[in-house]
Amino acid sequence: MSTTIEPVMRVETRRQPMPPRERLEAIFHVENLDAIYGRKAAVKGVTMEIYRNLVTAIIGPSGCGKSTYIRCFNRMNDLIPGFTQTGTVRYHGQDICSANIDPVAVRRNIGMVFQRPNPFPKSIYDNVAWGCRVLGMKHELDERVERALTQAALWDEVKDRLKASGLSLSGGQQQRLCIARAIAVEPDVVLMDEPASALDPIATQAIEQLMHELKGEYTFVIVTHNMQQAARVADMTAFFSISHGGEGERYGELIEYDATEKIFTAPSDKRTEDYVTGRFG
Amino acid sequence: MSAADATAGTTRRPFTGRRVRFGDVVLQLVAGAAALGATVLVGLIVWKLVDGSHLALSKYGLGFVTRVAWNPVVGHELYGAGSFLFGTVITSFFALLLATPFAIGVALFLTELAPRALQAPVTALVETLAAVPSVLIGLWGILVLGPALRTHIEPWLHSALGFIPLFGPPSAAGASIFTAIIVLAIMILPIVASISRELFRGVPSELKEGALALGTTRWEMVRGVVFPYARGGIAAALILGLGRAMGEAIAVTQVIGGGVFIHWSIFSTGDTLGSKIAASYQGASTNLQAASLIYLGLVLLVLSLVANIAAQWIVRRVARRHGVTRGGHA
Amino acid sequence: MSTHDLSGPGLRLDRLPRRRRVNHVMEGFAWLAAAIAIAILGIVVWSVASKGWSELNLDLVTKSPIPFSLTNAPQGLANAFAGTIVIVGLATLMALPVGILVAVYLNEFAPPAIRNGVGLVLDVLAGVPAIVVGIFVFVLLVSGSGQSGIKGAFALAILMLPFVARATIEVLVLVPNSLREASLGLGVPQWRTTLSIVLPRAIGGIVTGTVLAVARVAGETAPLLFTSSVVGTQTHWDPSQALQTIPVAIFELSESADPKDHARAWAAGFILLVFILFASLTARWLATRNARKIAGR
Repeated sequence: MSTTIEPVMRVETRRQPMPPRERLEAIFHVENLDAIYGRKAAVKGVTMEIYRNLVTAIIGPSGCGKSTYIRCFNRMNDLIPGFTQTGTVRYHGQDICSANIDPVAVRRNIGMVFQRPNPFPKSIYDNVAWGCRVLGMKHELDERVERALTQAALWDEVKDRLKASGLSLSGGQQQRLCIARAIAVEPDVVLMDEPASALDPIATQAIEQLMHELKGEYTFVIVTHNMQQAARVADMTAFFSISHGGEGERYGELIEYDATEKIFTAPSDKRTEDYVTGRFG
Repeated sequence: MSAADATAGTTRRPFTGRRVRFGDVVLQLVAGAAALGATVLVGLIVWKLVDGSHLALSKYGLGFVTRVAWNPVVGHELYGAGSFLFGTVITSFFALLLATPFAIGVALFLTELAPRALQAPVTALVETLAAVPSVLIGLWGILVLGPALRTHIEPWLHSALGFIPLFGPPSAAGASIFTAIIVLAIMILPIVASISRELFRGVPSELKEGALALGTTRWEMVRGVVFPYARGGIAAALILGLGRAMGEAIAVTQVIGGGVFIHWSIFSTGDTLGSKIAASYQGASTNLQAASLIYLGLVLLVLSLVANIAAQWIVRRVARRHGVTRGGHA
Repeated sequence: MSTHDLSGPGLRLDRLPRRRRVNHVMEGFAWLAAAIAIAILGIVVWSVASKGWSELNLDLVTKSPIPFSLTNAPQGLANAFAGTIVIVGLATLMALPVGILVAVYLNEFAPPAIRNGVGLVLDVLAGVPAIVVGIFVFVLLVSGSGQSGIKGAFALAILMLPFVARATIEVLVLVPNSLREASLGLGVPQWRTTLSIVLPRAIGGIVTGTVLAVARVAGETAPLLFTSSVVGTQTHWDPSQALQTIPVAIFELSESADPKDHARAWAAGFILLVFILFASLTARWLATRNARKIAGR
């Protein structure tokens, strides 16, 4: 199924039509979120919702704080010294950024795949199984590993060498291994921070296909600098851009958030239109 | 750098030729001689110790190493390294056992838990502990630690765990193998801690983030990612610490009390290879005794060379595997 | 940190409280380990300082020891202070040039195989116990001909050598190749390049390494037991005879039964410790200053 964006772009999409708005269930409510490193804000004033079982894309020029923003969803920014944030991020109604929520519990339910593949220096089997073991999902481990690797479209390629080191795989395979690792522990949401940016087109395609097939089970939020990828894969798209404040301050801001089709065919904000038509960014 | 030598030579004008190159040759010879000398030194040490212990070597052979005896009485002279070797092994292994968890704990604290502001001062303090000379630790051991252990800890341990032969009755003097173990543990803690700290710091943060993103606790991440990654280096650090403990003579001789026997109780006095040698510094009564003392030194040298070479080999293997390369050179 | 678990449809929180407890225990242990390490240092330094304080006076440095003295006549360790200065000074004079030359050879001339081989030997040499070095020098030089300060200094120099060499290599490696190439390209011979361009650039690291090596051997007792320990009570500065040194003096005093001897041992130990800590701190400060200078350039 293809959609004509403008005479400028013609893009294949694999999306099926989204359910009507009323039937969407929001699992994240973000309200007035500011994410700050030391003194400089990375993003400011973000308010939006993420809906269950959809793929939501975060797009925008580099430096607009997309990675920082997505890391707010699973408390990964806690690992960066000097980071603070204001505002709330509600997950099923609870503010996950409040001091009395354990980040370990948050990350248990909200998994992440990183920009560059980072498999553990363990065997392929152990890469997937380790998380399950530690988190107490020890029964039927073999089946779990197989299911995760199958869902990550990697099983056929590695089923005969599960004992081989995870590092012996190609880049695309390693990234799929990381995806398998993340979904093996059965999270609710999978965050992806530019998962295909270090990969070749074929590997990229495999990952996009994966998201499409798995969104029935998981909710995906993907940061991408590749607009066509967002157009292919995402149901909802959030466009961030760089705004300027007083005293030469630069920060990222949510400009527009809507169904992908709308963003790419009839954006409401001029800045969105400039970006998606390639006039800047 | 002979390549640069060659090109430099060819671009040089003819009339400056020979004199210039002479300086190069001289420097290279002199520096090379220094390097050669340093290399030869280790071999020379081994050779001279063999030479000096020759009397005892020829008389006792390898049986010396395991014989438990040290009788300097003229006419009944009999010497052996057995009890001292035992002492060295016992004190060093237990010291390593005691120090390792704390050293790893310190290293983990510095890399995972310490707030930024504390990292530098705590690191400096731990390294300062390494700078305290052994004679001072020994002094503290004799006059402060030993008596304190003798009065408070040893009797309590003996009454609570006396059924284990390890915890026999405390010795009268306040000197004991136990004190030596603690002193040695204190001395090797900083070495093992600082090597471990470097190793833990070298674990790529992407790996750690990948583990934490799965929802594991910090400790689970350390156990699952940091330890396996640093495993080889930690082994080298432990062996280096062991070698250091085996070689320490001064602090041990100050606190261990002396004695030629093999006791299982760590509260009794004893001796190690190093401490026996140090205790005899004022001289040997006969040539055979002197040769035997040097033989002790030879045994100690062999032990620490084995430990040291093993550690260095592991370090180089780990460095190669993790792709560490050295910097620029001529 | 008290936590309130996430609740919600289908959320999984298996065994989390137990895992959290384990994590807390391990974190607590790590904190404890660090605290203990620092506490031990504090205890030792405190013992040395507080017990040495009473005997810390000018007599310590100016008066000679009176062994087996039953009177309270003022005595000190003047001979030990003099001897330490002489022996450590001589050791540095021996080890420094050799160490630098070894480093120069390894970094500027040697092919990689020799670099690695000799580097390994240096690391092994650094691991030879001090007491073994003492016996070695005893057999080599003392046996049959007697002790002397210079022989003691030689033993210390063997201990210092790997440190100086390693520190020098580390800093020679940091000198950029472009500097060497610029000089050679001008037609300056290699020996001149090394001595006039490379070494001066490395001087900061060499000084730091030397200071650290001095700090290390100033407190060494074992090598001196066999090379320079049979001494009289007079203060003299002649290295051709055995000289008393502070570590050996502390060692001997520590084995005595007389509490006044102990007090003097603490006092001498205090001075030794202060010197070593001062030297270590200076080396550390120098090192950071050099690192900043190199980064700045």
